[in-house]
Amino acid sequence: MNEQHESGSFLVEMRGISKSFPGVQASDGIDLRLRYGEVLALLGENGAGKSTLMNILSGLYRPDSGEILVGGRHVTISGPRDAAALGIGMVHQNFMLVDTMTVTENVVLGIRDLAFIPDMAEIKRGILELSERYNLKVEPDAFIWQLSVGEQQRVEILKLLYRNAEILILDEPTAVLTPQEAQELNHVVKRMKGEGKSAVFITHKMEEVMSFSDRVMVLRKGKVVAGKDTKDTNPRDLAKLMVGREVLFQLDRKPFAPGSTVLELRDVCARDERGLPALSGVSFMIRAGEILGIAGVAGNGQRELSEVITGLRKASSGSISINCVDFTGKSPLEIIRSGVSHIPQDRIAVGAVGDMSVANNIAMKGYRSKPLSFAGMLRPRKILELARKMIDSFRISTPSPETRVKFLSGGNIQKTILAREIESCEALLIAVYPSRGLDIGATEAVRKELIAQRESGRAVLLISEDIDELVTTCDTIAVFFEGRVMGIMPAAGAEIEEIGLLMAGVKPGTEASA
Amino acid sequence: MIGLISSILTITLRAGTSLVYATIGEIFTERGGILNLGLEGIMLMGAVTSFAVSYYTHSLPLALLAAVLVGAALSAIHAFLTITMRANQVVSGLSITLFGSGFASFLGQRLGPATNNHRLVGLVGAKFESFRIPVLSDIPIVQSIVSQDILTWGIYLLIPLAWFYLYRTRAGLSLRAVGENPQTADAMGVDVFRLKYAYTISGGMLVALGGAHLSLSYTPGWSENITGGRGWIVIALVIFSMWNPARAIWGALLFGGINAVQFRLQASGTNIPAGFLNMLPYIMTIVVLVLITWWEALSKKVGAPAALGQAYMREDK
Ligand SMILES: Nc1ncnc2c1ncn2[C@@H]1O[C@H](COP(=O)(O)OP(=O)(O)OP(=O)(O)O)[C@@H](O)[C@H]1O
Ligand SMILES: [Mg+2]
Repeated sequence: MNEQHESGSFLVEMRGISKSFPGVQASDGIDLRLRYGEVLALLGENGAGKSTLMNILSGLYRPDSGEILVGGRHVTISGPRDAAALGIGMVHQNFMLVDTMTVTENVVLGIRDLAFIPDMAEIKRGILELSERYNLKVEPDAFIWQLSVGEQQRVEILKLLYRNAEILILDEPTAVLTPQEAQELNHVVKRMKGEGKSAVFITHKMEEVMSFSDRVMVLRKGKVVAGKDTKDTNPRDLAKLMVGREVLFQLDRKPFAPGSTVLELRDVCARDERGLPALSGVSFMIRAGEILGIAGVAGNGQRELSEVITGLRKASSGSISINCVDFTGKSPLEIIRSGVSHIPQDRIAVGAVGDMSVANNIAMKGYRSKPLSFAGMLRPRKILELARKMIDSFRISTPSPETRVKFLSGGNIQKTILAREIESCEALLIAVYPSRGLDIGATEAVRKELIAQRESGRAVLLISEDIDELVTTCDTIAVFFEGRVMGIMPAAGAEIEEIGLLMAGVKPGTEASA
Repeated sequence: MIGLISSILTITLRAGTSLVYATIGEIFTERGGILNLGLEGIMLMGAVTSFAVSYYTHSLPLALLAAVLVGAALSAIHAFLTITMRANQVVSGLSITLFGSGFASFLGQRLGPATNNHRLVGLVGAKFESFRIPVLSDIPIVQSIVSQDILTWGIYLLIPLAWFYLYRTRAGLSLRAVGENPQTADAMGVDVFRLKYAYTISGGMLVALGGAHLSLSYTPGWSENITGGRGWIVIALVIFSMWNPARAIWGALLFGGINAVQFRLQASGTNIPAGFLNMLPYIMTIVVLVLITWWEALSKKVGAPAALGQAYMREDK
């Protein structure tokens, strides 16, 4: 009797869930309990098994063993359909949207009791009503390929709302969003919680954990290492639980001693895809041994800036020189040859070959020359050696260097690309949002690595939306707004408020926004 | 003059009918992400079995049924190999074409009566007759459209229905999602595996029906290679139609039309070599299709279903 009441008080109970993939035990006897109306934050390093566990709950993966109870009753979830019938809805780590279909079509795709000939006008009305109620602006007739990342995430949330899911699983929904968009999304989650829905929220961002989760569960290597009420914990403890060691939020660095100019931009202008000005008269320089940070709300020309420097986009005017040689209008290969490395924004799509091994992905840039190849022949042993070193120093969690990249967890794919680009850097490293989607330990490792590059005399351009990251990592900060440099200042002693104002387009001393 | 146009239009529609069935069949298959290059073989098998059945039973419904069953069986093999066994779709499809053409030709030499040396060639079976509709059948042009047999009338219905099904129904939505992005379709609760089977098999049935049209209506009887490579033309037509059933008619009319004009020319006794004239429909169709498709692909964001040709397994990323 008592026993029954116990289990009845949990909305979801997963008991002893295990799941292995070739070479990895992704879940190892995990117990998870979700109470009615609570938000459970699920934390863990990249590759800890968070997505795997939630994919099991949403029916995409079958567990090797273990049982699941929903509302106190044993259930078998043999596919997403069963999960949907139980009121479980998931926003996946990578978007689950059909690009060539409209927002409306995506929202209703797969709904079981949809009429055979759906009344699209009616459905659209429903979507608009939801989007108004939750303040999630969408255009129901737009195609997914026309939407920005933030808009696509809104569609994902609308899918859950439209289906009336009661158990929400959100797998790093804010990892790809700008801080503003993330805020919006967090409001929606709070709102849904207020309506009595329950959620499992996966994130690497501590503010999110602290601000609206009720409980926290930490996974490490497929096992539960802690479960606590949020109010009984703090970010530092959680970080330690996740990584298994103390995480330093402070970074050691030598004093700033810049050398000769490595990159210089003079009055660079460029246009975006629609032909609108994306960069207007951008000028700055980075010297050897300097990390220059670009602060700014995403979409203010950062991506175009990195593309112009790497030769992927043409500058419409102005000049770019690397080590005092003019590189304006040169091809990406010529620019790579001059010693420039690039960690792109959309690294999963353009940065890695999913069907190739981790080792080959790491070697992809250096394979043309010694030591990875000799007389046109690849040297597998050297490649493996390099790969092992990288896997170690970037803590890439992979069964082996020979595992194909597509089998890694989201964060570990990123680390693989980071490892390659940082390793192959000779003169200038351009890092665009390098810590997006990375766990705390990996974020720390990346920042350390950027500083190591600086210490060995290279120039680093760091584009980030995270002001804390910029202030702790950079020597100099340039603030971007609408494709213009609003101001350049030393990072040491920079006022976060001032940077924030410049990012919003407000020059100090003036009142109106530019 | 009107009479000439009218007769060309009549032949055009007749010649295009089998292409419409096969094109729409293949469109449905490919929308589910499965490329079936077996259609030349399936059309031939559909043609030979339906003719044999029509010869022995004199029943056209039974003949069509036979074709549909054969089409289902052959495409079920393709479905099993590519969906369950995850074999390469091109290899599996080509094997089906090789097997289908060889086996159809074999049957053509074995299924006939002893009096005809066991051959089917030269025999006459039941065939579809054109309707005669009072008044309408006497108006030129209109007459070309209405004075057709039931199979051609079938495409008048099939094209809008197929379009409506694909773009306006719940089932069509799921089908499009499966071919574009099976991961997403699966995660949203669409039964990807079942749909792929269903549309590969039903698509194959339509393709076989296209074959049956040849031996029961267009050129009644059986002859070696009765399709004349139409299976391959259909592959091009599917691309030209941008995987949209409503557009299938234009490609079919193009090929049918050039065929009809070419017939007329041959009948009028020009001194252009017959071989060249026979080649004309194929060359012209390919050239026009390439040009139009190229031009359109540049101007719009439409194309092949994104996951066409790829195998899908849930836990394998
Ligand atoms: N379909 C799959 N096939 C093979 N291995 C897989 C598959 N899915 C996950 N894995 C492995 O299981 C482990 C856990 O991966 P998972 O995606 O659950 O990590 P995660 O905690 O979500 O990490 P991240 O924060 O990077 O998203 C990883 O080692 C990964 O390589
Ligand atoms: Mg994950």
